Amino acid sequence: MLRTVISRTLPGLSSHLSACHFSAAAIPAPSTQPEVHFNKLFINNEWQNAVSGKTFHTINPATGEVICEVAEADAADVNKAVKAASDAFRLGSPWRRMDASHRGLLLFRLADAIERDSAYLAELETLDNGKPYAVAYSVDLPNVVKCLRYYAGWADKWEGKTIPIDGDFFCYTRHEPIGVCGQIIPWNFPLLMQAWKLGPALATGNTVVMKVAEQTPLTALYVANLIKEVGFPEGVVNILPGMGPSAGAAIAGHMDVDKVAFTGSTEVGHLIQQASGSSNLKKVTLELGGKSPNIILSDADLADAVEQSHFALFFNQGQCCCAGSRTYVQADIYDEFVERSVERAKRRVVGNPFDLKTEQGPQVDQEQFNKILGYISSGKREGAKLMCGGGVAADRGYFIQPTVFGDVQDNMTIAREEIFGPVMQILKFKDLEEVVTRANDSKYGLAAAVFTKDIDKANYVSNGLRAGTVWINCYDVFGVQAPFGGYKASGNGRELGEYGLENYTEVKTVTMKVPQKNS
Amino acid sequence: MPQFTGGTDSEGGLGIKLLPGLRSTESREDRGNMPVTGAGSAQSGGGAPPVPLTGKHANMSSGNGYNHQDPDQSLKRTHVDGAEPHALPTPISDPPIRYTKLFINNEWQDSCSGGKIPVFDPATGNQLCEVEEADQEDIDEAVRSARAAFQTGSPWRSMDASDRGQLLNTLADLVERDRRLLATLESLDSGKVFLMAYFVDLLATIKTLRYYGGWADKIHGKTIPVDGEYFTYTRHEPIGVCGQIIPWNFPLMMFAWKIAPALCCGNTVVIKPAEQTPLSALHMAALIKEAGFPPGVVNVVTGYGHTAGSAISHHMDIDKIAFTGSTAVGKLVQKAAGESNLKRVTLELGGKNPNIVFADCDLEYAVEQAHSGLFFNQGQCCLAGSRVFVEEPIYEEFVRLSVEKAKSKILGNPLLPGVDQGPQIDQKQFDKIMVLIESGKREGATLECGGSQWGQQGLFIQPTVFSNVSDEMRIAKEEIFGPVQQIMCFQSIQEVIQRANDTHYGLAAGVFTNDIDKALTVSSALQAGMVWVNCYNAMSAQCPFGGFKMSGNGRELGEYALQEYTEVKAVTIKISKKNS
Repeated sequence: MLRTVISRTLPGLSSHLSACHFSAAAIPAPSTQPEVHFNKLFINNEWQNAVSGKTFHTINPATGEVICEVAEADAADVNKAVKAASDAFRLGSPWRRMDASHRGLLLFRLADAIERDSAYLAELETLDNGKPYAVAYSVDLPNVVKCLRYYAGWADKWEGKTIPIDGDFFCYTRHEPIGVCGQIIPWNFPLLMQAWKLGPALATGNTVVMKVAEQTPLTALYVANLIKEVGFPEGVVNILPGMGPSAGAAIAGHMDVDKVAFTGSTEVGHLIQQASGSSNLKKVTLELGGKSPNIILSDADLADAVEQSHFALFFNQGQCCCAGSRTYVQADIYDEFVERSVERAKRRVVGNPFDLKTEQGPQVDQEQFNKILGYISSGKREGAKLMCGGGVAADRGYFIQPTVFGDVQDNMTIAREEIFGPVMQILKFKDLEEVVTRANDSKYGLAAAVFTKDIDKANYVSNGLRAGTVWINCYDVFGVQAPFGGYKASGNGRELGEYGLENYTEVKTVTMKVPQKNS
Repeated sequence: MPQFTGGTDSEGGLGIKLLPGLRSTESREDRGNMPVTGAGSAQSGGGAPPVPLTGKHANMSSGNGYNHQDPDQSLKRTHVDGAEPHALPTPISDPPIRYTKLFINNEWQDSCSGGKIPVFDPATGNQLCEVEEADQEDIDEAVRSARAAFQTGSPWRSMDASDRGQLLNTLADLVERDRRLLATLESLDSGKVFLMAYFVDLLATIKTLRYYGGWADKIHGKTIPVDGEYFTYTRHEPIGVCGQIIPWNFPLMMFAWKIAPALCCGNTVVIKPAEQTPLSALHMAALIKEAGFPPGVVNVVTGYGHTAGSAISHHMDIDKIAFTGSTAVGKLVQKAAGESNLKRVTLELGGKNPNIVFADCDLEYAVEQAHSGLFFNQGQCCLAGSRVFVEEPIYEEFVRLSVEKAKSKILGNPLLPGVDQGPQIDQKQFDKIMVLIESGKREGATLECGGSQWGQQGLFIQPTVFSNVSDEMRIAKEEIFGPVQQIMCFQSIQEVIQRANDTHYGLAAGVFTNDIDKALTVSSALQAGMVWVNCYNAMSAQCPFGGFKMSGNGRELGEYALQEYTEVKAVTIKISKKNS
C-alpha cells in the first residue's frame, strides 16, 4: 500500500520495485523490545482501569508470547466514555467554542508529535501487529502523519452554502458536527485506521469514543497520550481497548452515540447496521471486506503487472480489505504470468518482522492463521492448482508461506470469500465483457485494478467495474486526498478526501425571512 | 421549456385570487361567514385581506406551507381585492380513475396473488376503487425489471445525462398538463384541500422535477492532486436499483422528491406508494411512460408496508432504499438493510418540532405562522411545529390569538373552495389522534378549543389547541400527526434551547424574533435539519431537507440530495511524469 510514500521517502527506488525492498540506510535500527507505557482505558484525558477490573493479553504474533496485560472495556466503560464525549460536545464547551482553525492546529500538533515519535510507534506497531518494521516505519507512520495534516487543513474550510431559494427568504446551510462518534477500528493498520477515523471526525468538530482492536491496542493508546499532550480538551477523544461483542456492541447499540464508523468484516458490518436500527438510528458508515479483482490484459507491461499483482495481494501479509485477491489474467499471457508470479512469491522474504530485509511477517493471531490454512485446504480440495506455498512457514508464531493458486474457478470458495492472508488466486479470462461480468459477480465492491496500455480498454473496464476504487496500471495507491470506500456489501460512505468530511457532518438548513429580496 | 408558471393564464391569475383565502392573515370575520359548502363560496373565499398586499410579502406567508410559488403571482396581486368573480381552478367532477394496476417495465400488470387494496375517500368513507396489491413476487419482478434497465449498455445507462434531464423536464410538462386531474385525485384520495393540492403539492412536484432535470448533466466528479506519479479522478456513478417507500401525507410531492434525484443521477427505481393513497402515483407512472423513460427505469408497485415494503427493504438486489414515514418503521428499514445486503439507507422520519416565539417578535404574524406551521395539511406533516414554545410575557396573548385562529378554521369537503381543513387520512390515524387528545386532557393540559370529532361523517377532527402543556406530557413528546397544537411557556433562551433539544427527534424548528443575536444563537444551537427564522415550512427544491438524530439520515432536495443517489468511484492512473 501507499507506494507514493515509499517513492518519496526513498527517492532512489524505482517505481518497479516492490514496496518491501527498502534501503536499510534510510531506516533507523529498531529496538525489538520497545517499552509499553500505556495499557489502560483513556477516558476524559485520564488513564483508568476497566470498571470490571478485567484485563486481557496482547500477543506478539511473531512469537506467540504475551507482550502485556491491557484493561478490557465493556458496556460500563463505554457508558463512561460516551458521557465524557457528550459532555465535551455540550453547547458552550471548550471544544464547541473553539475556532475551527484552532481545531486544525491541534490536529497539526498531533501530527508533529506522532512524527517525532514515529520510530518508537513503528516498533510498537511491529511488536503488536507483526508487520515488518520497515513497512511500519516507511508506510504506515508517514501516512498517519499525512492524514492528520490533510484534515487539519480542512478544519476551517468546510464551508456551508448560501442558497437562492424562491421567495423572500435568505437560506444558508451550516455544516455541523454530528456529535458523539463511535469508531471501531481493525488490527491490520492500527495506527493508520486510527488516523483515518480521527482526522475527519475531529476536523469537523465531533467527539470520539474509539474502540481499538483487541489484537493491537498498544499504538492507539500511545497516540491517546499524544492527544492529551498536544492539548485536546477532556473528553474529545476517548480510547477503549476491548472486545467486539462487548465493547463494540455497546457502542453500536448506544442511545447517546450519534454516529458509528466501523472498519472490519462484512459480517460484523451487518450487525452494526442492525444495531443502529434497533437503537437510535445513529448514522452508520462502514468500510468492510472485499474480494477485489485485478485484471491483467495481454497488452500490459508483463513484468510490471506481475510485480504489482504480487504486491496487491501479499502486501501486509495479505491482510488488506482491498487486497487484489482475484487476479484475472488474459488467456494468451496466463501461463507466463502464473509462472512469473510463482517465481516472485517464492522469492518473498518471510521472517522476523524487525529484520529490515523481511517482506512478510506473521499473521496477526491464531484465529486468522487457522482460517487462512482452512482456505488453502479448501482451494486444494475444490481443484485449484497449488503452485507454491500452502503451508506453515515457521515453527513458532503465525507465519504462512506465500501461496499461489492457478486454475482457479469463479465458484471456488477461495475465489468468493475474503481470505485475508498471503494466498493469491489467478484466474483466466478471454474477453473484456466476460471479465467485467465476472469481476462484478461478487457481493463485494471495494477496489479493483486494470493493467493495460490501451486507453479504450482502461476506460471501458474502469467504468464498468462496480467498485469504489479503481487503479489503472497500479495498485494500492492511496492518497489521503482521494476517497476510499465500497460499493455493495463492501460498505457505505467514503473515507479520506473531501468526501470523508460529509460522513461526519449534519447539514442544517437555516431559512430566514427577509422583507424584500434582491439578486 | 416553460418556466414555473401555474398553468394557463387564467389559472395563474386565479392562483392569486385563491392565495389570500389560504393565508392566515385573513381576519376571522372574513372567514366566519364563509359557507362550508356550496358553489358560492368560491367568490367569498377570496375576500379581501385586512392589510394591503404589496410585493411578495403576502405571498411568502407559508399558510400554503411551501414556498413553491409562481414567480409572476406577485405581479398580479393587485387583482386580489377586485370584486369581479374569478373562476378558481376547480376539481374535475367524477374524475376517471384509469390506472389501478402495478406498473412494471412500462406495462400495467395484475398482481401475482390477485390481491386487491380498496381505496377510500376519507371525506366520505366511500370506496373509490380497488388497486392491485403487490407482494414479494411482484417486488421481485419489479426489481428484475429495474435491474435489467440498469445493465451496462442498456438504453438508460448509455443515455446522455442531458437526455435524462430532458426526460425529467418532459415529465414536468406532462404533470403540468394534467395538473387539475392530479390535484383532484390527490384531494379525493388523501382528503387534502383541493386548492392546496393544486397550488402547493402540484407546483412543488413540477418544480422538483424541473430542478433535478437541470442537475442531470451537472453532477461533477473531481480530479484530485494525489501524491506521486498518478492521476486521480472521481466519477459520481448511479448506485443502481433504488427502492423507495413513500407516505400518504404528500403522495405526489413525495413521489417527485424521491424519483427526481434518483433518475437525475441515473438510477432505476422501484417505488411503493402508501396503500392509502396510490392513485396519483399510478397516474404519474402513466406519464413516465408517456414522457419516454425506457422500460424498467421506474416501477410503481402499490402494496402494504409489512409485505411489499418489507420485501423491498430486505431485497438482496436493491442497492439503496429511501424511506419516508414513521421513526418506528425507519428502524425496521435500517435493520433490514443490516440483515440483507447492506443496501444504502436514507430515512426521512418523524418530528416533534419546536417553534420558539420570543416576546420581541411580531406577535400576530408569529401566531399566524405557528398556526399554519401546525395545522397545514390537517396537521399531517413530519415538519409540523407541534411544540410551540412562547416566551412568558406574551404567553397568554399568544394562546388567546391562537385559539381565535383555530376556531376560525373552516372544515369540510376538501374538494370545495373555502374549506381549509379536510379529514384525517384514515380511521387508524383518527383514533390515534383522539387517544392523544384524551391523554392531554388527562395529564392536565388545558384544552382551549376543539378536542372532538367534527361533523357526522368522515374523519374530521376539530382544530384543537392545548395550553399549559409541560414537557413530560405525551402530547409534548409524541408525534400526533393531527390538528392538535401544544403551546408551552418559557422564560430564558438557555432554558428553551435545552427543552427544544430534549427529544429523540431533530427534523425542523422555528424561531420568531426580531433580535439577530437571538436568531443566530437559537438557530445554531437547535439540533434540527431545518431551522426557519421568522417563517415556518418555507421550503423549496433548492434547499436541503432532512433530520438530525432519530428524524432520519441523509438529505433530500437541493444539491445535497445528489450525494444520496451516487456512488463515488476514485480512479487512479499511473502516469510517467507529472507536472502541476
